[in-house]
Amino acid sequence: MVGIFQSWNIALSIFNLCLISAVMTMGANIQWGYAGLINFGIMGYTALGGLAAVLISVDPVQEAWRAGGFDILMSLWLIVVMVLVIRFILKRFEKSKIRTYSIAAIIISGILLIRFSAEPGIEAIEAVDPAKTGFLGGFGLPIIFSWIVGALFAGGLAFIVGKVALGLRADYLAIATLLISEIVIAIIKHEDWLTRGVKNVIGLKRPAPYEVDLQTTDWFIKLVEKFNSGKLSLIENLADRQAALNQLVIEGSSVFVKLCYSGLFLVVVIILLILTQKALYSPWGRMMRAIRDNEEAANAMGKNVVKQHLLIFILGSAIVGIAGAMLVTQDGLFTPGSYRPMRYTFLIWVMVIVGGSGNNFGAILGGFVVWFLWIEAAPISLFLINFFTAGIPETNALKAHLIESVPYFRFLMMGLGLLFIMRYRPKGILPEKIEIK
Amino acid sequence: MDFVNAIILLLNYIFIPALTYGSQLALGAIFVTLIYGILRFANFATGDMMSFGTMMTILFTWYFQSLGVSLGVLPTALLAIPFGIIFMILYMLLIDKFVFKYYRNQKSPPVQFAMVSIGVMFVTQAVVRIIIGPSDRRFFDGEKFIIKAREFKEMTGLNEGLALKSTQVLTIFVTIVLVSLLFWFLNKTKTGKSMKAYSDNEDLALLSGIDPKKIVLVTWVIAGILATIGGALYGLDKSFKPFTYFNNMLPIFAAAIVGGIGNPFGAFLGGYVIAFSEILLTYAYKKFFMYVLPESMEPDSLVQLLSTDYKFAVSFSILVIVLIYRPSGIFKGKVL
Repeated sequence: MVGIFQSWNIALSIFNLCLISAVMTMGANIQWGYAGLINFGIMGYTALGGLAAVLISVDPVQEAWRAGGFDILMSLWLIVVMVLVIRFILKRFEKSKIRTYSIAAIIISGILLIRFSAEPGIEAIEAVDPAKTGFLGGFGLPIIFSWIVGALFAGGLAFIVGKVALGLRADYLAIATLLISEIVIAIIKHEDWLTRGVKNVIGLKRPAPYEVDLQTTDWFIKLVEKFNSGKLSLIENLADRQAALNQLVIEGSSVFVKLCYSGLFLVVVIILLILTQKALYSPWGRMMRAIRDNEEAANAMGKNVVKQHLLIFILGSAIVGIAGAMLVTQDGLFTPGSYRPMRYTFLIWVMVIVGGSGNNFGAILGGFVVWFLWIEAAPISLFLINFFTAGIPETNALKAHLIESVPYFRFLMMGLGLLFIMRYRPKGILPEKIEIK
Repeated sequence: MDFVNAIILLLNYIFIPALTYGSQLALGAIFVTLIYGILRFANFATGDMMSFGTMMTILFTWYFQSLGVSLGVLPTALLAIPFGIIFMILYMLLIDKFVFKYYRNQKSPPVQFAMVSIGVMFVTQAVVRIIIGPSDRRFFDGEKFIIKAREFKEMTGLNEGLALKSTQVLTIFVTIVLVSLLFWFLNKTKTGKSMKAYSDNEDLALLSGIDPKKIVLVTWVIAGILATIGGALYGLDKSFKPFTYFNNMLPIFAAAIVGGIGNPFGAFLGGYVIAFSEILLTYAYKKFFMYVLPESMEPDSLVQLLSTDYKFAVSFSILVIVLIYRPSGIFKGKVL
């Protein structure tokens, strides 16, 4: 529809983001719909996925490694040693006040030590050509790998968060995960040696061909010619026809690139859908629902609730991590400053609730519908305002003010949508359907 | 003399700003804790409700300014706050009637309430942005400083200046008055006591003839007063921007939980705990040590434990630590 009204280019970019949103929603849906765990840290996992894309695909900055790589590696070792020491203390000694205090002392002195040992390295790295690099770079691998690595990163974070926070009651888990994701973003934003921070990383590698290359490739031009042969044959003049063809090729190349992305994303969505659908109907899925609906009963039946919660928390977060990597892959740039809880946590939750928690198709539908509305809210509300105020002259202050604040109507739409769905269709558009055979 | 200088330095850059910021957080944290204790849900719309109250205050401030009314040295906003409060309470009651009441009657689990409050958050954010726009606004007028840094230096002959902004004094003063009134109300009056009873055990409270509708109404009224005053004071001291208010929700939550959720006094102190630890941990102590230590021991680096970028992260880390080791908060609230 947008393809007809606006352009195929915009339609495809909305479609791609819909697919990414669908993946994120599936991740959140696994946690919330299958197990009843509330995770408001989606933003953090998305950002980690994005970080993975940077670390995998960017070429290593040799100079920076020479300048400060040793210090950074030493600090990493220190962290590992610290964690091992704490684990050792936790295992060897009984729980006591002395143990708690000594662990706290180790952590604080460890942080100070790391700060002092890493400081010169960090400064050296950030001094290396700060306008272009000023960070360590990555491994220079194809960016597709980062989708897996992003999942691993996010899963690793989820493991730590889950160990710490999963014992909390539902709404406190929500607040704790939200705050932890803010900490993650703060680190990504300000550790310039790793992520370039707010200076952003641009020009990431692509899994799809570049538009410029396509425009000079023979088979692509022929393809465009073939698709538009009807239209082109109407133009009599040869020069005009060539100009029209060029225009079409330029347009077609960007559509083609977007189609490539769509294809890749679709593959991911379909694989995930198959896996999650299988999981939902497997004995494991049944056990998760049992735990969700009655934790004590499931526990009494010998199911390890804590372990299963941790597992599903990691799985869901890993899927969100994939989506984060996909997002950065499609944009070709990593902007830590753009990760905001409104867009990456609460909007995803609206998708989960609207689509239908516990239903994978519902999650995908939610991702599509909500993202489409989020993008198209401004044109729609502009149309509505013009429609209802048609009788009022253009110079009216109220009308002008309303038209000026059109971008904010999307918040209103999302909020009202969420409230109405929660009130009148609390299970979402596509409710959970479990057939017990 | 050096020692006095060092003390003044700490007062100027740590103590007074932290006390002001802490007061602003404390008001918000009491708001969160009251809603949690009596209506039993974590209100994710906290920050945006505060920004709504502040927006109404700003609109009335502009109106009074256009009429030429002013309070002289004091900001005009003080005159506008009562009107802001009225609109805030009306808005909250409206939301309660159309949104929260239904779920209260259904006895929905707290998670569902939290989700609904996210819907309210979206709507409130939209309302604020549509009415006043997303940009930064200052609405402070009147005398800006009580003591200027330069005047203080001339007066005392010290190297370090002490600047005292009128908004800082105003914030601390208003907070003390408001919080004392609130605790008097909660502990001494019949309505306050019945609110406590309702928060402790709903069924017993209903049995003893406490009217739940009245409790809910009074809670929203108090919440409206706290939200508007807290938000307006923050806006006077810094500036008003809807996005900042949304972000402030996070340290406010941290303060409420650190102090023990459901416990207003804990929330009050929690605000200061968060504010002081944020500022103490991110302040560069270099100058302080230059005054205190002999010249030979002066530090080369900034002596800053964490860079100021991590200001928010500090409060969240404190929260995480409290949640792990003492989930009921420092001052014993409800066990989570």
